[in-house]
Amino acid sequence: MQAQQPATDDRIDILAGMALFADLSRAQLEAVAHTFEEEWFSEGQRILRQGLFGAGVYVILDGEVAVRVDGETRATLARGDVFGEVSALLGEPPVADVVALRPLRCLVLAAPEVKGFLLTYPTVMYRMLQVVARRLRHATQWRG
Amino acid sequence: MTQIPGAGSGRPQPAARPFPPGRYPVVVVGSGPGALQVAYALRRLGVEPAVLSRDEEPGGMFRHYPLFQRLISWSKAYPPGGPEGRLYYWHDWNSLIVDDPQERALLPEFMDGSSIFPSREEMARSLVAFAARTRLRVRYGVTWEGTRREAEGFTLLTSDGAYQARVLVFAIGMAQPWKAPIPGIEPVPHYVEAKPLAAYTGKRVLIIGKRNSAFELADALLPVARQLVLLSPRPPLLSLLQRSAAGVRARYAVPYEDHALGGNVFVLDAAIERVERTADGYRVHAQGTTRPGPLVLAGEEAIVATGFATPLGDLRALGVATFAQDRLPGLTPFWESTTVPGIYFAGATSQGAVGLRKHGIPSNSGGIGGFRHNARVLARHLVETHFGQRLSRPTLHPEAVVPYLLSEATRASELWNQRAYLARVVAVDRARGITDEGIQPLAWFVDAPGPDAAAIVLETDATGDHHPAVYVRRGGRVTEHVLPGDPLLTFERPDHHGQLADILRGLLA
Repeated sequence: MQAQQPATDDRIDILAGMALFADLSRAQLEAVAHTFEEEWFSEGQRILRQGLFGAGVYVILDGEVAVRVDGETRATLARGDVFGEVSALLGEPPVADVVALRPLRCLVLAAPEVKGFLLTYPTVMYRMLQVVARRLRHATQWRG
Repeated sequence: MTQIPGAGSGRPQPAARPFPPGRYPVVVVGSGPGALQVAYALRRLGVEPAVLSRDEEPGGMFRHYPLFQRLISWSKAYPPGGPEGRLYYWHDWNSLIVDDPQERALLPEFMDGSSIFPSREEMARSLVAFAARTRLRVRYGVTWEGTRREAEGFTLLTSDGAYQARVLVFAIGMAQPWKAPIPGIEPVPHYVEAKPLAAYTGKRVLIIGKRNSAFELADALLPVARQLVLLSPRPPLLSLLQRSAAGVRARYAVPYEDHALGGNVFVLDAAIERVERTADGYRVHAQGTTRPGPLVLAGEEAIVATGFATPLGDLRALGVATFAQDRLPGLTPFWESTTVPGIYFAGATSQGAVGLRKHGIPSNSGGIGGFRHNARVLARHLVETHFGQRLSRPTLHPEAVVPYLLSEATRASELWNQRAYLARVVAVDRARGITDEGIQPLAWFVDAPGPDAAAIVLETDATGDHHPAVYVRRGGRVTEHVLPGDPLLTFERPDHHGQLADILRGLLA
């Protein structure tokens, strides 16, 4: 049987365009693409489940999701956005559902792998800290 | 060779080919273990599918692979509880599951006792015997050529003619060789094209890939090769460390030990930039990842072991969405294409339904141990959702629920083989009381609306602890409760009973 062979690995091009991975070399991006697992969700499927343990950090390759707390939409996220990092870092269940608004392709790193990954790629850790800081600022402004 | 009743008699007589072209309730494509299990389960539930296979006998990939002739999943001849026990299939990952003991074709019967890992031939013989003993009818030698959507279902175009069915189940394996997109890789043979072992004698061999098929090659080549280099961008995932059968199995870990001790095996983390054909072999240009820096590696031989894809034929054109670099269809928790309702997948492709991957542990759906259970759940789902059947659901006395769920957590092979993926579910039915809803996908239980109910699964956390977890749905809201582990994996201690009773309090009243 003829081997199936894609022309390129588009995951690496998408990762290369993301602020989170902006400091990594092409070879490191390839390693990242192979370290994360690719998952695919159809419209309406839940990716993160409010209150349930054991998920991971997700990077959106394509598509859009809603972040919902008790059924109320608080935010939408799209290509290049990250979610699940807070619960993965704290070892706690997510405080929101994340639901696909249209077909969603993403990369996921399981929570137990996150610490080792961030220590291997400290520049990604720094940029993830910026993501979390921006969210904190946004939340503070929102409450104010 | 000893003649085993049933074995070897699976080859059909040309005159007796079943399932001529026409209309059938379900068409199953394939005759590997996934197809055999789902076809058997459907027939037991009263919906006999037309089973079509381009092969000449049952067995699927096991007619040819694994290349070096022994499987990576075990079948133990003397498991606790024996073949009648609820736990049996957890100790025998390779046998298909029957309801009638007379129909059994359990692997240990076909194995010579020298290993807990069946040889390819032993596995293939067990599948031939399964098809014969269950009198499973398959139309062999017919090729699926095309697929059309119709007002009510589908038309499957084959080399024998057209088949109409409301539901199609593709159990076509992860059988298509897949090569990573690396410039210059085209002339490098894929795993399936590896030469006889003797051709590698005294050679330096480059193996592109670091999963099970790459380590299977390395393990086989170790006695003959002068040097082995395994290359891929990330460090290998070992089953021992991942606590998952998806990692490189301990059986193939010897080359890794050789690398760790500084032998002539090199397991390198590098992104390959290009492969160059040279006068005496191949040269690979790569960039180190874990240890950055350029690498140039030479070998007289090279093999690509970057895996397999599902041979989807024209299903993409029909609208079946794929992921994982186009290797797998995106599936619902009941293994239905998320984009083309009515098209289902069984066998290794059922890993397209990824489940919750709790604590990073994937399903076992890529191997028989996992997908045989998926196939049985799928059969029940199909007859209920497409053929108007309501399967019986035994009722349980409220006091029996806690012991029953804990017994399942301790003994159900569905739960052990498919951790955090398949669940035993009991529901509260206003008219009938508490009902046993059978085995269901956990992703379905936690995401779909339904009556008040409880689901028990087995989970393994980041520390490696195996323990039951209970999901309780009350008023449409699902909560999660983790029960304690146990050093001997018995989850029926008084504290398990007490905690589960507390968790279910109010639900069962």
